[in-house]
Amino acid sequence: MDALTLHRIHFAFTITYHYLFPQLTMGLALLIVVLKTLALRTGNAHYDLSARFWARIFAVNFLLGVVTGIPMEFQFGTNWSEFSRRSGGVIGMPLAMEGIFSFFLESAFLGLFLFGQKRLSPKAHWASAFLVFCGSWISGFFIIVANAWMQHPVAYHQLPNGVFEVSSFWPLMLNPWAWLEYAHNMSGAVITGAFVMSSVGALYVLQRREGEYGRTFLKIGVIAGVLSCVAQIFPTGDLHGKYLAKHQPAAIAGMEGLFHSEKGAPLVVMGQPDFEHQKIDNPLAVNKVLSFLIYGTTVAEVQGLDKTPRDQWPTTLPLLFYSYHIMAGLGTYFVALMGLAGLLLWRGKLYESRWILWLILMSFPLPYIANTAGWMCAEIGRQPWIVYGLIRTSAGYSTHIGAGTSLFTLLGFLGMYSVLSILFVVLVYHIIHEGPQTPPLEHSGQSLTAV
Amino acid sequence: MGTLWFWIVAVMLAAYVILDGFDLGVGTVYLFVAKTEQERQKTLRAIGPVWDGNEVWLLAAGGTLFFAFPLLYASAFSGFYLPLMIVLWLLILRGISIELRSHSHDALWRTFFDGVFTFASALLAVFFGAALANVVRGVPLGPDNYFFLPLWTNWRTGAHPGILDWYTVTGGVLAVLALGMHGSLYLALKTEDELEQRAFSWARKMWPAVLVITLVSLPATALARPNSLENYRTHPIAFIFPLLVVLSLATIRVAIRRQRALSAFFGSCLYLASMLAGAAAGLFPAMLPSVGSDGQDLTIARSLASPHTLRIGLVWWTIGILLAIMYFGIVYWLFRGKVSQHAEGYGH
Repeated sequence: MDALTLHRIHFAFTITYHYLFPQLTMGLALLIVVLKTLALRTGNAHYDLSARFWARIFAVNFLLGVVTGIPMEFQFGTNWSEFSRRSGGVIGMPLAMEGIFSFFLESAFLGLFLFGQKRLSPKAHWASAFLVFCGSWISGFFIIVANAWMQHPVAYHQLPNGVFEVSSFWPLMLNPWAWLEYAHNMSGAVITGAFVMSSVGALYVLQRREGEYGRTFLKIGVIAGVLSCVAQIFPTGDLHGKYLAKHQPAAIAGMEGLFHSEKGAPLVVMGQPDFEHQKIDNPLAVNKVLSFLIYGTTVAEVQGLDKTPRDQWPTTLPLLFYSYHIMAGLGTYFVALMGLAGLLLWRGKLYESRWILWLILMSFPLPYIANTAGWMCAEIGRQPWIVYGLIRTSAGYSTHIGAGTSLFTLLGFLGMYSVLSILFVVLVYHIIHEGPQTPPLEHSGQSLTAV
Repeated sequence: MGTLWFWIVAVMLAAYVILDGFDLGVGTVYLFVAKTEQERQKTLRAIGPVWDGNEVWLLAAGGTLFFAFPLLYASAFSGFYLPLMIVLWLLILRGISIELRSHSHDALWRTFFDGVFTFASALLAVFFGAALANVVRGVPLGPDNYFFLPLWTNWRTGAHPGILDWYTVTGGVLAVLALGMHGSLYLALKTEDELEQRAFSWARKMWPAVLVITLVSLPATALARPNSLENYRTHPIAFIFPLLVVLSLATIRVAIRRQRALSAFFGSCLYLASMLAGAAAGLFPAMLPSVGSDGQDLTIARSLASPHTLRIGLVWWTIGILLAIMYFGIVYWLFRGKVSQHAEGYGH
C-alpha cells in the first residue's frame, strides 16, 4: 500500500474507533441531566440512583473517549502536516476553542459530578451534571465547525503561499453547513444514548430484575428515542441532504448511485453499483422519489455523476454507496422500532410485550453502525478533497512520513485498541450486571464511577 | 503580536508541565512511596479529581499552537512522529491504569495496573524531557521546513541527530527526577502520617540528583547548541531565570527539612517554571532551531498565522482562559486539604 492510503486508513481507523465513545457520552449526558432533573423535582431517590448508575457507564466511555481522542488532535500534525500547514489558521481556531471552552469545562465538572456528590448540595450536583452536558455538546460543536469548513469552506482568504486565513469570525461559526451537520450529528448521538438506555432497560425487564429501574430506563430511552429518531430524518437529515445536493452534487450522486443525470430520478433502495459499466445491478428502485426528496417535485432533474469530471469523483464510490444505504436503512428501521415502542408505552403495554423488548435489546449496536456509516458518507463523499474544492487529499498528507512508518503506528493502534475493547466490554458488562442498586461506596468496590 | 502568542503558548505549556507534572510525578514514585493497598488508594484519590483536567492543558496548548503557529505545528508534529505516537500510547496506558485499577478487587488485576501506571508515568516524563531537549538542541530542518527524526542514530548531537542522543537523554533523566520530586511533594501535601513521611523522604533523596543534573544541563546545553547563550549575552536580564532555578532549589531543600510541604511544592513549581522560561529565553525568537545547513530556524515570524486571525483569537482566548482558571479554582478549592480515608471515588 502507498503512503497516502495508509495515512487515510490510519486516520479512518482511529477516528472511527474514537467516535464509538463520544456518541454515547454526548447522548447519555443529556439523559443523565433528565434523570437528575427528575430526581430534583420528584425527590424520588430511585432517579438519583439511576443517574449514578448511568454516570458509571458514562465515566468508562468518557475515559475511552479522552484517551482515544488525544491521538486525533495529534494526527492532524503527524500524518496530515501539509493540510495543517495550509489550513491551520482556519480549522486550528475551532480546535483550539474546543480545548479551551469545552475540555476544561468538561473535565473540571466531571470530576465534581463523579467525586463530589457528598460535597455538593443536590442543586449544585445537578448543575455539575448540566455543565458536563454543556461541555460535551460544545466540544461536538467546535469539531463540527472544523469539519464543516472542510466540507464547505466559508469565511476565508487564500494567501499567496497557499495558506488559508480566517476572514471573519462569525461567518465561520455560523457556517450553515455546520449547523445542519451539528443538528444531524447530535440527534444521532441522542439515538445512541436512547438505544443503549432502553436496551439495558429491556434487559432488566426481560430478566425480571431491578424492578422499576428497568421500566424507568425503558420509558426515558423510548421517549428520547422517538424524538431523536424522527428528528434524525426530518428535519435534520432532510435539510442536510438538500444542502448536500446543492453544494456537493458528486457526493449525493455517489451515495444514491446515480450515474446519469435524470429528470424524475428514482430512489434506489437496494442494489450493487457496477462502476465499470456505470449501472446498478439488481436494483430495487422507486421511480421519481429521489427528485421529490431533493427538490420537492417528481419532475426535477437530479445531477448524476456524469456532470462531474471523472478526476473529481469520490475515490471509493462503492463504499460511499453502501455507507449511505446502511445509514438510511437503519434510520428508517429506528423510526419504525421506536415508533412502535412509543405506541406500546403510551398504551401501557410496553413492559409486557416481550417480543419488542427483545427487538430493543438486540438493536443496541445498530445506532453505532448508523452513526459510523453517516460519518463515512460525509468523509468519503467529500473526496477527492480534504478541503472541498481547495486542497486535494493527496496534497494534504505528510510526504516525509513513509508508508512503513505509518503502517508501524497503525498496527500499534490496532493492538492498543484491541486491548481497550476487551477491557471496555468486561467493565461495562460488570456494571450492567451489578445493576443500579449497588450499595454505597464504603462497602463496595467502586472507582471513579462510584459516587 | 507574535511575541505575545509565543509567550501564550509557553505559559500554557508551563501550566501543563507544572500541573500534569505533579500527577506524572506521583505516578513515577507511586510503586515506591505507596506500599499498602490503603496507601495506594489514597495516592490515587489525591490525583483522581484533577489529573484529567491537568492533561487538558496539553490539548489546549497543542490546539493553540496549531492555530497560532500552523507551520511549526505541522513541521514539529510530523518530524517528531515516532516519539509522539509513543507518547500517545503511554497516555492511553496511564489514563486507563488510573481509572480501571479499582474496578476489580482481584489483587493481580490491581498489581498489573499499578505497574502500568508507574511504567507509563515515568516513561512519559522521560519523553517529555527528551522532547524539550530536542527542541533546544535543534532538528535537521530541510528547505521545505520539514524534517523526520529517527529514534536514535549515533547518540551524538550534530547534523544527523536522533530523538535520543546524550543530550536529550540527559534532558529525559532530568525530567523524570524533577517530576518525581515534584509529585512526591504534592503527595506529601495531600496525605498524612506514614505516607506523607515516605513522600517527604523520597523528595529528599531525589533533591541532590535533581541539583546535580540541573547543574550539568547548563554547560551541556551550551555544548549541544552553542548559540543558545546568545540571548543571555545580549540581554543579561535573562539570567534571572537561572538565578530563580537556584533559588527555588534552595527553597525546596529548606522546606523539606522543615517539613513544610506547601512551600516545598510551590518551590518545585517555581523551579519547573524557571527552567522552562530559561529554555524559552534561550530559544527566542526561534521556536524550532535548525541544525545543519539545509534549512532555516522556524522562528516566530516564519511560523505565525496571519495577524487578522490572531487578533480574533486573542478575544476568545482571553475569555476562555479566564473561564478555565475559574473552573480550576473551583475544583482545587473543593478538593483542598488532605485526602481522607473515606473520601469519595476509587473506593475501597
